Amino acid sequence: MSSLRRRKPINESSDSKHNEEEEDEDHDDVDADGDDDVNGKNKKTPSKIKKKRGEKPPKQPKWSCMDTCCWFIGCICIIWWLLLFLYNAMPASFPQYVTEAITGPLPDPPGVKLKKEGLEAKHPVVFVPGIVTGGLELWEGRECAEGLFRKRLWGGTFGEVYKRPLCWVEHMSLDNETGLDPCGIRVRPVSGLVAADYFAPGYFVWAVLIANLARIGYEDKTMYMAAYDWRLSFQNTEVRDQTLSRIKSNIELLVATNGGRKVVVIPHSMGVLYFLHFMKWVEAPAPMGGGGGPDWCSKHIKAVVNIGGPFLGVPKAIAGLFSAEAKDIAVARALAPGFLDNDIFQFQTLQHVMRMSRTWDSTMSMIPRGGNTIWGGLDLSPEEGNSCAKKREKKNETQIADQAGSENAVCKAKSANYGRIISFGKDVAEAPSSDIERIDFRGAIKGHSAANTTCRDVWTEYHDMGFAGIKAVAEYKTYTADSLVDLLHFVAPKMMARGTAHFSYGVADNLDDPQYKHYKYWSNPLETRLPNAPDMEIYSLYGVGLPTERAYVYKLSPHAECSIPFKIDTSADDEDTCLRDGVYSVDGDETVPVLSAGFMCAKGWRGKTRFNPSGIRTYIREYNHLPPANLLEGRGTLSGAHVDIMGNFALIEDVIRIAAGASGEELGGDQVYSKIFNWSEKINLRLDEEIPVHSSR
Amino acid sequence: MSKPLSFYRSYFLSKTMSFLRRKNGTDSSKTRVADPNIKKGGADDDDKKKDQYKIPQRRNYGSKKWSCWDNCCWFIGFICSIWWFCLFLYNTMPDSIPQFVTMAITGPLPDPPGVKLRKEGLTANHPVVLVPGVVTGGLELWEGRHCAEGLLGKRLWGGSFGEFYKRPLCWLEHISLDNDTGFDPPGIRVRPVTGLVAADYFATGYFVWAVVIANLAHIGYEEKSLYMAAYDWRLSFQNTEIRDQSLTRIKSNIELLVATHGGKKVVVLPHSMGVQYFLHFMKWVETPAPRGGGGGPDWCAKHIKAIMNIGAPFLGSPKSIALHFSIEVRDIAALRAQAPGLLDKDVLGLQTFKHLMRMFRTWDATFSMIPKGGETIWGGLDWSPETETVNNSAKKGTDNSTRNTGGNGNICNTKGVNYGRLISFSKDWAETHSSKIERVDFKHVAKGDKLTNSSNCDIWLEYHEMGNRAIKAVADHKVYTAGSILDLLHYVAPKLMARGASHFSYGIADDLDDPKYDQYKYWSNPLETKLPNAPDMEIYSLYGVGLPTERGYIYKVAPPSDCSIPFQIDTSVDGDSEDSCLKGGVFSGDGDETVPIISAGFMCAKGWRGKTRFNPSGIRTYNREYKHAPPANLLEGRGTQSGSHVDLLGNFALIEDVLRVAAGATGEDIGGDRVYSDIFKWSERINIKL
Repeated sequence: MSSLRRRKPINESSDSKHNEEEEDEDHDDVDADGDDDVNGKNKKTPSKIKKKRGEKPPKQPKWSCMDTCCWFIGCICIIWWLLLFLYNAMPASFPQYVTEAITGPLPDPPGVKLKKEGLEAKHPVVFVPGIVTGGLELWEGRECAEGLFRKRLWGGTFGEVYKRPLCWVEHMSLDNETGLDPCGIRVRPVSGLVAADYFAPGYFVWAVLIANLARIGYEDKTMYMAAYDWRLSFQNTEVRDQTLSRIKSNIELLVATNGGRKVVVIPHSMGVLYFLHFMKWVEAPAPMGGGGGPDWCSKHIKAVVNIGGPFLGVPKAIAGLFSAEAKDIAVARALAPGFLDNDIFQFQTLQHVMRMSRTWDSTMSMIPRGGNTIWGGLDLSPEEGNSCAKKREKKNETQIADQAGSENAVCKAKSANYGRIISFGKDVAEAPSSDIERIDFRGAIKGHSAANTTCRDVWTEYHDMGFAGIKAVAEYKTYTADSLVDLLHFVAPKMMARGTAHFSYGVADNLDDPQYKHYKYWSNPLETRLPNAPDMEIYSLYGVGLPTERAYVYKLSPHAECSIPFKIDTSADDEDTCLRDGVYSVDGDETVPVLSAGFMCAKGWRGKTRFNPSGIRTYIREYNHLPPANLLEGRGTLSGAHVDIMGNFALIEDVIRIAAGASGEELGGDQVYSKIFNWSEKINLRLDEEIPVHSSR
Repeated sequence: MSKPLSFYRSYFLSKTMSFLRRKNGTDSSKTRVADPNIKKGGADDDDKKKDQYKIPQRRNYGSKKWSCWDNCCWFIGFICSIWWFCLFLYNTMPDSIPQFVTMAITGPLPDPPGVKLRKEGLTANHPVVLVPGVVTGGLELWEGRHCAEGLLGKRLWGGSFGEFYKRPLCWLEHISLDNDTGFDPPGIRVRPVTGLVAADYFATGYFVWAVVIANLAHIGYEEKSLYMAAYDWRLSFQNTEIRDQSLTRIKSNIELLVATHGGKKVVVLPHSMGVQYFLHFMKWVETPAPRGGGGGPDWCAKHIKAIMNIGAPFLGSPKSIALHFSIEVRDIAALRAQAPGLLDKDVLGLQTFKHLMRMFRTWDATFSMIPKGGETIWGGLDWSPETETVNNSAKKGTDNSTRNTGGNGNICNTKGVNYGRLISFSKDWAETHSSKIERVDFKHVAKGDKLTNSSNCDIWLEYHEMGNRAIKAVADHKVYTAGSILDLLHYVAPKLMARGASHFSYGIADDLDDPKYDQYKYWSNPLETKLPNAPDMEIYSLYGVGLPTERGYIYKVAPPSDCSIPFQIDTSVDGDSEDSCLKGGVFSGDGDETVPIISAGFMCAKGWRGKTRFNPSGIRTYNREYKHAPPANLLEGRGTQSGSHVDLLGNFALIEDVLRVAAGATGEDIGGDRVYSDIFKWSERINIKL
């Protein structure tokens, strides 16, 4: 290339007199060019030259297009290097100066502030990461994954997703029957604090909290990241990786090496359910459980500080399982905006994603629990009648500053029927229940597969449904939390068969029933008792002030052979109700509605109830969402969003105080902005322990 | 940060190089074309004239056609484009191409041992515990001074060492320990990295455990069945427990491994100093609770199947003497490989050596490597286990010849070398018979009499408190053996050795039942402890042979200056013949470049073999030697048959042995002893009560 390029001018210059003349002309040309420039009061730019060359292509041997490009790139490179050099030579504190100059002095991070107050590391801390945020690495793979040994498939840079997408999907998927790895593939969770400190470069999950804890004296030996494979069902993590045993052993080690001080457990998101499961597992006798004895929790755990806990599931999971249209597993979206919409998997991205996520048993732990009792029936829901705008009345003084930020959260819920989690058509969602004619889909015959389902390379169970099944589903028109489970059983029987073996979504009538000893109930707070640990404390920390998906309006998608037959009807909007783009929103942290995060601590476990026989104290701490004041703040220190809340200074301060020994009372007890107590009141759930009488009858 | 910088630097270099080349190219082509036709030359001249003539004109118009600046820009742009193009091609290339190329050149590669053994049907069986050695474990910052802002949670040791180059003094401050306590200085917390990442790679691309881990994974191991017993290798062994509870963590994790694997015992793989650390652990874990782990007297028997010591300095390494005495150890192999010439450059400003020395000396763990067993093991003034006594010159000849034919004697000619003299002041003293050396005792020479104005030396070394007289006394003693070397160190660095002596001991026990041996400072010395009561356990010593290993030094008194270290290895001294063991002031013996064979092999060859007082329960021991063969070509990287101290961890034969044992084989199954050196003969000469 270079020799070609270079030789050209030389040859021409030394070719003949004729050429020389030509060159002479060239010079003149350029001179004229200069004239032009002066006349046009224009500096000569590459584009200008290009334009000129377009007119007289053969006479421009020197400033060819290539040359101009090269020249241009060279300039950019030089400038880039110069900047890079300056950047590297710059003292490290410089960015902070700039920030401070613009925004005024930054508040001390909570770790520094509390260190000045004299707080010190006291109780060892256990982090339980949520779904999606934990890293996964490859230990054994198929041929296409060569060279990726012990490289991260999930978390980190995600480089491989872009390079070999199909290979990646193959390795990330689990076996459809067993819910474990396919043979020949071993993908395992990363362990250690690095497992979930950053999800992707620059996108912190636990890192801020860890850094602040380190300020008051925490270090590797007093912190433990209970990393687990978040794709598996909870009990399977023990079956395959002995994860629960490892957590038990490590908690025991933490307590032993820290002079008998109990641990403070900080689960986030799905980790909350995982830890509920763990607490039941560890006290269950040995073959199925950990055999820690009935007082293991009271001996080893000081407090469980749940962050953004979806105790009762999230409606978002429904949309995810039903049509893969959860617009965001918040993190994935933030990582790669538009990622799911692009066709990087060639065609059929959505089905690939759906197929992959459906093999992940753990997603089924997020299906709403408690049925109509909690989530409301056709015409009733706990949140009903509350305008989203009025939620803030309690703290109006502080809200004034918040006005701008809360605007997007403002929408009136005056007639939204939140109980109808899925409705086919907006009119159905709004009509009174008596007007809706529903045809039961449960008996509908499937089969009659959509014409030629040769698009079998992506497998979703929809292809086995056929037109009749799809039609039946749509004609049932509206689904509440109870019937949703049936719906999922209907559209994805194999998946749900796997799911129901590991999770349960009901409300227990009689907790003494021996069936509840089975592990599938352990992660459902409505079907288990808390451990007997009167000194323990349970916190629920979550963000409020963000619109959170609560119910959906669906439509049948235009029929194509291999597409998912249901879609969220994004055209459905309603100013009055909280309906936007086919999604009804309520207050929450963008992923978990307040109801799910707060109910158990607000009512289900408050005081001595049948779910909490030993009267473990519970506290609710809400954090009102404020968007970052300016770009320099990054993801904000006052955020209430599901993952960003891990960087919320107020939350971190609470966590540090608890870790340093404070009790819930010392923190100030409940801190509530939403109407969670009102809503909880409306939920009619039996809490007293008179059940034995009932059942004996 | 440093990566892009260096990247661009090298990039720029290559660029200018090719620029020059290209320029030449065009010039020559120009002349070549011009030669046959003179007219063209004229044309060129004309051109030039025109150019000269036109330049002012152009300047008038403000046109910048092909100025030097433009040329540069063009050129850089051109190179960049090509670079990006190549980068693009490289990235789109399927991953298997490099392998194809390698195969085309070298022929088909042998299967890595993991793949090979998997085909034989081996599967993961016993959980494996890896114990890293000195230097190879990563350290990260948890709390730092002001100068280390923004480094929280970043690696100070291992990884890219970026910070080391950027703020060397700050780095030194954080990586050093407190001189009195042996712990972190106040306000600084540097802690070991945990998990397999702690020591899989030392620096980018420089593997330590990574190859072993990868091969274990091939037969089915994964994170839950592997455990990296990471510890802070700067601290003395007992202090890792006091500060980090590292020993407790190891105990708990081994118990967990055994529990989650259905009661299968663990196979422990300690490397380098990790060997001693694990010896310490085994004593600690069975000692009752306040001082030890309280695991009970059969903990090891219950939890450990085998200990496969890799490159084990059971009895220390003479290299550490040089390190402590004058910090002139040529290589801690890994450090050198990472930054060639690093120690010689003045990256830390002036006085690099003393900065480093000061840092090293704060690390208690380095004391564990001082030769143990004194003259009994390492030889006296006129004898050493590696050489015959002078009287048996005939025998020595045969000895040498057998070694030569055995293909192992090529390290050097050991004839007449007094390995026992670890430090000699001048070559003459190293070679003269002991009866002719007049030695002056240095111990009673008063110190003080400071070097004129030592206040200029901003860094602290105990040498500055010694004074000229003491230095002269040290040199007058002329020759030091393993026994007297301790006195020497006690003399030149009393504070340092006071700290060291409270954590380590270097002697040989007369009576192992003496209650004083319950103290933890003896636990890492195999000559002062008993092995645990675990008759089913196996102890292997796997080490490389066939590389020259530092065994003795010739020192000189350095030209006196205020702030320098007064002793230096006399690098000008070389042996008389080509194959002399003396080169650059260093006597070499056979070994793995760091640990001499006698240190790595003696315990398993004699000290613990059968039922001895050091091994009362008769734990079976095996010596497995791996002969060093340099990599066949550059594509092999650090070689699959290397015998050197760290590269040994990539040796296929060693990995195969490890895998077999982990999969359940016993020492007999893998072939018992495998010996190339004369370790058994040498051990015979060591006269120790068993």
